[in-house]
Amino acid sequence: MTTLSRRHDFVLVFDVTNGNPNGDPDAGNLPRLDPETSHGLVSDVSLKRKIRNYVELARAGEAGHHIYVQEGAILNEKHRQAYLDVRPDDAKARKDAKLNPKDDAEAQALRNFMCRNFFDVRTFGAVMSTGINCGQVKGPVQMTFASSVEPILPVEVSITRMAATNEAEQKKRAEGAEDGDTRTDNRTMGRKHIVPYGLYVAHGFISAKFAERTGFSEADLDLLFEALTNMFEHDRSAARGEMTTRRLIAFRHENALGNAPAHKLFDRVRIGRNVDGEFRELDDRGLGNLAPARKFSDYIVQINREGLPEGVEILDLV
Amino acid sequence: MSYGIRLHVWGRHALFTRPELKVERTTYDVMPPSAARGILEAIHWKPAIRWVIDRIHVLEPIRFQSIRRNEVGHKAPAGTIKRAMNRGDLGGLQLLVDEDRQQRASTVLVNPAYVIEAHFELTARADASDNEGKHLDIFNRRAARGQCFHQPCLGTREFAASFALIEPGTPLPSPQGPSWGALCRSGAANATPAPTRAPEAETADLGFGSPRDLGYMLWDIDHAVPGRPSMLFRAALRDGMVEVPQPGSPEVKR
Repeated sequence: MTTLSRRHDFVLVFDVTNGNPNGDPDAGNLPRLDPETSHGLVSDVSLKRKIRNYVELARAGEAGHHIYVQEGAILNEKHRQAYLDVRPDDAKARKDAKLNPKDDAEAQALRNFMCRNFFDVRTFGAVMSTGINCGQVKGPVQMTFASSVEPILPVEVSITRMAATNEAEQKKRAEGAEDGDTRTDNRTMGRKHIVPYGLYVAHGFISAKFAERTGFSEADLDLLFEALTNMFEHDRSAARGEMTTRRLIAFRHENALGNAPAHKLFDRVRIGRNVDGEFRELDDRGLGNLAPARKFSDYIVQINREGLPEGVEILDLV
Repeated sequence: MSYGIRLHVWGRHALFTRPELKVERTTYDVMPPSAARGILEAIHWKPAIRWVIDRIHVLEPIRFQSIRRNEVGHKAPAGTIKRAMNRGDLGGLQLLVDEDRQQRASTVLVNPAYVIEAHFELTARADASDNEGKHLDIFNRRAARGQCFHQPCLGTREFAASFALIEPGTPLPSPQGPSWGALCRSGAANATPAPTRAPEAETADLGFGSPRDLGYMLWDIDHAVPGRPSMLFRAALRDGMVEVPQPGSPEVKR
């Protein structure tokens, strides 16, 4: 387990077809939109959730690859037992001030234990209420919001269900129906929000110096890139539509502190519209009459490899 | 004061949480000094030095947006971790997000850009090998090359900050002289990309014409005192710039 010794910055390009990549709780689960530009957004925490879920699936039960912030069902029966054992005094543990670590050394031991066992604590960090100095673990991996390269148009799709939730609802429906068709009596309407097509870009940063602190290793980095590549494959659901990681481009620095500003490296990844095989800038006024993009091949992703700063290497992972 | 540095920072969003509005986070209108200090420390810091923020220049109009996200309601309880360590079993150490979920909105800044003017002082932990020139060189070298300890952020880590050093030796905007916007338009501030403020952004909102009072703002947190109290100061935007009081000055209130 060699600790990561080089800084990395990465660009994740993913797309969605007829799905909702990330609903906005403020807008009735409409796809998130930047209200000023109509560009779609996917929050950092949404992407991190998918990375956690992938690692949980791919490395289930492996030592050092447990996931601390879990979603939903606990697959492991033994864990469930432990839960039942531990849950009753869990509430007490939160209130009982005496359970806080005595000193910094103990807080450090707790942090090391968590980093050693849990992939997500080691990668993204965690806040532990140790009662001393916040007891925070800052993880080496920093994710930002993903935003779509062009404005998206969310579409509302009305759907019907041939059943009622309960009798009261059934009665209410029956009053409205006159033809006595039992099929329509119980019908309820619902709504889905989809984005016909959207290409999103997220940036991420991996600090080698924080990796030293949490023990984030080269193997963990490979697993992170594997997760970024495959996470949408295991996140299928009625709401998501088709989501795919299209490109994953990482910049590896020779130096732990880096060899070039991140924003300049990110500028090397240019995305434009594909007009008969020709690259056109997204803000090209000549695109006005073009049909909206509906598939990944409507875009061209270019990586500028010219004059790369000394000590920076481009890893074209997908 | 001759050891000043100037750093241009910008990003897509920023969230400088007001301490009094932490549950549904609301950002300050302008980057507070403590956040600026954190950005500098992300690039270079040693226990031997202490960054002191002198001025913060606001380059973009102040605009807000709301973002609501699902968050986890609790922190990791140390007691549970300790019990798991003693038992040698990870059972019960998970946090179930579905059962412990809170939806919280954050009011964030849109397209923020700042120039931080700062200097550093040597602390009691400096020894013979620490001199100001050394640390100044390290900072300038790192910032110019885009090196950092970890990518700095604008308040919270999901809002990454891009940064560029404004080369030493460029003229300083002064209260009597030209503002940042005027300096940049004359090509004097030679960072790449150059920090610019469009003439149309020089509005009353940024304190052009008459100072704009921002009320009490967090100056920094006193980590040396138990309970880590906040220190506040009365912030005002004058010609697109917040003048930050020096440590120990009477303007810093506890």
